[in-house]
Amino acid sequence: MTPRFTCETAEVGAADAARAGGKAAALGELARAGLPVPRGYVIAAAAFGLHMDAADPGGAGRGALGSLPADDLAGIARAAADLRARVVAEALPPDVAAEIAAACARLGAGPLAVRSSATMEDSAEASFAGLQDTYLAVRGTDAVLDRVRACWASLYNDESVAYRRRRGIGEDGLAMGVVVQRMLSPRSAGVMFTRSPVTGDRSVVAIEGTWGLGSALVGGEVTPDSFTVSKVTGEITGRRVSVKVRVHSFMPNGPGVSAQPMPFALRRIPCLADDEARALALIGRQVEEHYGAPQDIEWALLGDSPGHPALHADLADRIVLLQSRPETVWAARDQAPIASPQARASDHVLARFRRAL
Amino acid sequence: MDGNASAPGFPLPSEIADAPGAEGWRSMYPYFTRFQPEDDKRFWFYNSMHFPEPMPAFDTITAEVPYSAIGANTARVFVFPTTLGIEHRIVNGRVYITANPVTDPDEIGRRAAVFGERAGYYYENWDTLYQGWKMRIKGLIDEITSITVPELPEFDDLAVVTESRGVAQNHYVRENFHRCIDLFSVMWHHHTEFLMLGYGAYVVFFQFCKQAFPEISDQAVARMVAGIDVIMYRPDDELRQLARLAVEAGVADLFTEGCSPSAVLAALAERGEGGQRWLSAFERARDPWFNVSTGDGFYHHHRSWADDLTVPFAALPRYVAQVRDGMLADRPTKALRAERDRIASSYRDLLSSDEERAAFDQMLGLCRVVFPYVEDHKFYCEHWFTSQFFARIREFGALLARSGVLAEAEDVFQLHHTEVDQALSDVMLAWAAGSQPLGAAHFRPIVAERKRILAALRDWSPPPALGPVPEALNDPAVHMLWGVTQQTIEAWLRPSSDVVRGVGASSGVVEGPARVLTDVNQIGEIRDGEILVCPVTAPSWAPVFGKIKAAVSDIGGSMSHAAIVAREYGMPAVVGTGDATKRISTGQLVRVDGDRGIVQVIG
Repeated sequence: MTPRFTCETAEVGAADAARAGGKAAALGELARAGLPVPRGYVIAAAAFGLHMDAADPGGAGRGALGSLPADDLAGIARAAADLRARVVAEALPPDVAAEIAAACARLGAGPLAVRSSATMEDSAEASFAGLQDTYLAVRGTDAVLDRVRACWASLYNDESVAYRRRRGIGEDGLAMGVVVQRMLSPRSAGVMFTRSPVTGDRSVVAIEGTWGLGSALVGGEVTPDSFTVSKVTGEITGRRVSVKVRVHSFMPNGPGVSAQPMPFALRRIPCLADDEARALALIGRQVEEHYGAPQDIEWALLGDSPGHPALHADLADRIVLLQSRPETVWAARDQAPIASPQARASDHVLARFRRAL
Repeated sequence: MDGNASAPGFPLPSEIADAPGAEGWRSMYPYFTRFQPEDDKRFWFYNSMHFPEPMPAFDTITAEVPYSAIGANTARVFVFPTTLGIEHRIVNGRVYITANPVTDPDEIGRRAAVFGERAGYYYENWDTLYQGWKMRIKGLIDEITSITVPELPEFDDLAVVTESRGVAQNHYVRENFHRCIDLFSVMWHHHTEFLMLGYGAYVVFFQFCKQAFPEISDQAVARMVAGIDVIMYRPDDELRQLARLAVEAGVADLFTEGCSPSAVLAALAERGEGGQRWLSAFERARDPWFNVSTGDGFYHHHRSWADDLTVPFAALPRYVAQVRDGMLADRPTKALRAERDRIASSYRDLLSSDEERAAFDQMLGLCRVVFPYVEDHKFYCEHWFTSQFFARIREFGALLARSGVLAEAEDVFQLHHTEVDQALSDVMLAWAAGSQPLGAAHFRPIVAERKRILAALRDWSPPPALGPVPEALNDPAVHMLWGVTQQTIEAWLRPSSDVVRGVGASSGVVEGPARVLTDVNQIGEIRDGEILVCPVTAPSWAPVFGKIKAAVSDIGGSMSHAAIVAREYGMPAVVGTGDATKRISTGQLVRVDGDRGIVQVIG
């Protein structure tokens, strides 16, 4: 039987944000372009719709939520909590549950990451980034089924609802896909921008990273190391190594994800070697070229434990991308041309030397 | 001391005490090179790029004449709107300089109108003018090469009578000496004729790139502009050809590590056709390509390859061994050109509009028009002409030694050129009068004293700068030529014990033992895998780049010789450190980070 509610990551693409959510669409687009993404599958937004038909029949709860004024925070919190409780309590539709179980079986044993993929998330106009939930180190199909509902419920987080009310975004068309991936245990992880976030320079890739999982960086628990790599020459034109006091790591045989103090000896060691930073920048460029615009990318570098570079795999095979979205800050700035052609080439020089040095 | 004693600063010129044992140094230099009380109000920096050693009296001509020429061209001929010339002063044998800016907007505007017409004419006709320039410079080189020192025989030549010349030999002692000095001045006027305009085109492109790509490295800009068939590489290329020929002609066995040039040349003469073939190729290569100074043309004792064959013969055995092993590669000019064009078109593609791309094309195009001059003039001027110039002065020194005024020919360089003029008058008079010159008693003690003073001055550590710290030093030409920026000044003010900072001129990070060379004649000491630490490099240093892992220099910007050659060899380089040769010792383990411009002593 052809699955109706799940598909392989590469089966969705950039055009499928409405069907699978922004994150799934971005990951699928990367996979289709031959770029490295974690193995996994996508649960379509249709599954969310079917579930909500049961959890909130006729959309009464959602309608009520959508009619609250933006400044009624207490009302929003009450109504949102009620809706979340119903989403989590309602059993998954049997077809959906069966497809998820089958897809998990295809991924094989081992811990998984369950990540929300909202249909409105990640658009350049209204970024909800970070407002929906991601669950790491999820073990067993039952736990996955729980986390899928938790992801869906996170669409009704107090902050998300309040944000929508402030922006006047209705509750009607909302939906959420879910991405289920094999859990990674990266040596280092972080984000990269295919233009400088500081100067807007499009000729460099700016990389930020820390030891272990990227959640320590995204959550602001550590100041990341930063590297600036020239897209053209591969030179590393900027390098700032910070003191990384904490690390989030995933222990496949231990308690799951844990946050711990970083051993002193490793705090001041850069989390990326130069060739690793260059390899990341190269992949960043490929993503940018694929999309035709500067990107904001989440990455992970597989390997052994922090501080010990892995030697067992080619560098290019150790890089995995977790997300890519268009860079929005500099894209929104209209920049006047910094120079225009002149009648004679030498006019540029003459004009320059008329000003004080 | 004032109340702000904690604020770091540079000493004032007036606070500089005489170097111990060198108290008489002022007698070596003209009055117009002395610091004046009002000079305390201005910022000066030590020009160790051109003048890394204390100045012998004669060699001050390599400051006096160039500054006379460059200032004339910028201030009076082309009338640059915002800058006049450069002033120089000598203290304890070291040359300090400062640039005179124009800051009054009305004055800038008035100058700009004149400048536009004059500079525009040169830019628009650059290629034609540069061809003419090369002809004129070659004419000057021919003339300086052909100048002779009169023999002053007992009886003058019969032809003076039969051709009724009416002018005796002794007259030409002075005329020919003056002609040398005059030609040196003419050469420097031509040298600086295109210099500021050439660098100006580069500065404009450089600043455009920095604005469009704020994080672009200096070396990436330089690589877009750099020429490929640059004359500077020619002497080294000639050596490679000679190494190939040595193997081909079956005389390779003569080229061994530490071989003596004269012994090898003598042995070659005995080696039949192969030896002859090599020797005649050698003669062809030698003139003009061995007219390359082991310095940068600013000191008489930086001998050229042509008059000191040790340097090329130190490089030959290694090249010969590489030919034998099939390891001697030509410069990959095709790949270098392709890479240069790839970098330029990549940056071009990254620009945000076609308008910017059109401006980029114009600026880069102009740079490539002017760069043959920027890159090649040093060979013609500082190397070829200047090697011949010092050789002629040495010949006048030989005349003074023959006449007994000096103990040896080389001593002529302990006299200022106006003093040489006097000594030659003495010789002319004595020849005419049938007497002995009086100069021995006068000049020999002076020469001995100055040699002693110079030795003492060598031990003095010149501060990198003098006077009040400028609020901002944003002059891109100063940055490019001398590697002096606001950051450099701050690093000079706050030296840290194990980190030497400079300009990252060629990317990469390596570690290795340092080899500190303060004199170019020591380059035979370099061993494979060492990191060269030197005051400044010149084209004749090229052979060492095959041995070293990285280069570090006291002086130089991203367009300096060490930077260009290091990029070509793909090795890290940090230039413009100010004082790496003082803070690093031979044998220390150092890490050179050519991306960040940092050299760290790690062991």
